[in-house]
Amino acid sequence: MEKKWRVSSNPHVRSKVTTNGIMMAVVLALLPAAGFGIYNFGVRALLHILITVASTVITEFLFGLYKKKLTITDLSAVVTGLLLALNLPVGAPLWIGAMGGVFAILVVKMLFGGLGQNFMNPALAARCFLLISFPAQMTNFVCDAYTGATPLALLKAGETVNVTDMIIGRTAGTIGETSMIALVVGACFLILLGVIDLRIPGSYIVSFAVFVLLFGGRGLDFQYLSAQLAGGGLMLGAFFMATDYVTRPITIKGQYVFGIFLGIMTGIFRIFGPGAEGVSYAIILGNLLVPLIEKVTMPRAFGKGGAAHGRK
Amino acid sequence: MSKTNRPDNAGERLINGLIKENPTFVLMLGMCPTLAVTTSAVNGFGMGAATLAVLALSNLIISLLRNIIPTKVRIPAFIVIIASFVTVVQLLLEAYLPFLNDALGVYIPLIVVNCIILGRAESYAYSHSPIPSLFDGIGMGLGFTVALTCIGAVRELLGTGEIFGFGIMPKAFTPIGIFVLAPGAFFVLAALCALQNYVKVKGAKAGKDTSKIGSGCSEDCMNCTDTGCGRRKFYDDSDDLVVEEL
Repeated sequence: MEKKWRVSSNPHVRSKVTTNGIMMAVVLALLPAAGFGIYNFGVRALLHILITVASTVITEFLFGLYKKKLTITDLSAVVTGLLLALNLPVGAPLWIGAMGGVFAILVVKMLFGGLGQNFMNPALAARCFLLISFPAQMTNFVCDAYTGATPLALLKAGETVNVTDMIIGRTAGTIGETSMIALVVGACFLILLGVIDLRIPGSYIVSFAVFVLLFGGRGLDFQYLSAQLAGGGLMLGAFFMATDYVTRPITIKGQYVFGIFLGIMTGIFRIFGPGAEGVSYAIILGNLLVPLIEKVTMPRAFGKGGAAHGRK
Repeated sequence: MSKTNRPDNAGERLINGLIKENPTFVLMLGMCPTLAVTTSAVNGFGMGAATLAVLALSNLIISLLRNIIPTKVRIPAFIVIIASFVTVVQLLLEAYLPFLNDALGVYIPLIVVNCIILGRAESYAYSHSPIPSLFDGIGMGLGFTVALTCIGAVRELLGTGEIFGFGIMPKAFTPIGIFVLAPGAFFVLAALCALQNYVKVKGAKAGKDTSKIGSGCSEDCMNCTDTGCGRRKFYDDSDDLVVEEL
């Protein structure tokens, strides 16, 4: 009898989904983009990725030693490091990733209580920290392969860009953001596994596209629209960073609100802002609004409220 | 030294302002100038010194006049006294230290509404004799100056690689620009607060008498982590605050 039945308190039905399973899936899904980055920009891109991931993992390990609680096995530090590295320009000095990794894990994640408690995506917060601290190094997109500006900067200057190159990824930019194809392949993998769904990325990209059509100043110029969609960090941000479990709203309605907010903010930053790119700032701004969005969109519990009772 | 333990003694007041009730790190007062002008050690020191002068003198005068000022109009009376000293300080700065006056800008006239000064006038000088009040002002002012200079020095060091304008970092150091911008002020303030709390908690664990060091007591004993606290505060049924000495 003992072997057949196990008496325990509820819950009795358990899911096989684990944190490090999800994190492993995200790492795998980012590999095409990382691989293309290394192919596109050379060995230095690989060095950036290795240094940044090492920095995040070592920081989390050391903090775990201090707190006597080992958390690196959930792989979330690897995901943070990889995302941060994919957000660095290849020409940046190599120590920049290490410093960003320490900031992401120590300040943004661990000091707020570790995974699940951080109010902001650690990788993006670190990217913004680096972008504000070292504006020259973080926007230096000159490397062996490309000497020009990023496609979005060219678009902003009113020049034309080759959309096919942008979709494949043969352009200047940060290590992981250039190839739309590689990112979408990774995203499809995550969607098929059920790790992410299309609610946030879909509403983000669609609302951004609508914003660009309405306010881009180019009318129904589909080449401009597709260049805006394929350029910069939009795909990386929409599929891999806005969908971060910790910093997105948990309510379904809230996720749509969040996505639409990100789309509009990205559009405002890109079209009316001084810089050519605005995905990172849009997402961390959205992260800050998540508690508010959740409060407004919280579904009412069954049996509570309704027309008869009125809102309390 | 035994004299310093007696309350309202000049020495006790100085230590109280510098450490036990440090206006920046413990009382968390005067955050606006703390965050805004500490972009360099010199600015932090200048702001602290200007506040120190106003605080000491206004405390002294308010204490001397405490039996003349009617209770109902005490706040306007305090403001008039404080504003007079701020005007004096500003004119002196304009005349003798114009570079500092330019760097601190609007924050010099804003010393009038600095909550440390009004706070000390209301909570100490108005009810104590002149000499302790003067030293209370000096102690609080010194605490503020030390705190602002520390924050300014750290921000200047990380943000530009210099301290008091002297480059002391190696050439390979790239200044971390965010530290001279607004976010850097919050990071440095938080880090320094955490540091002094860490030292304090460590001292408490080592068995030191923490009642002298004190902490930023929020009167919320339910959620308090200060294990060395010698008092418990709670509200009884009639909502009166009861303090229980342990």
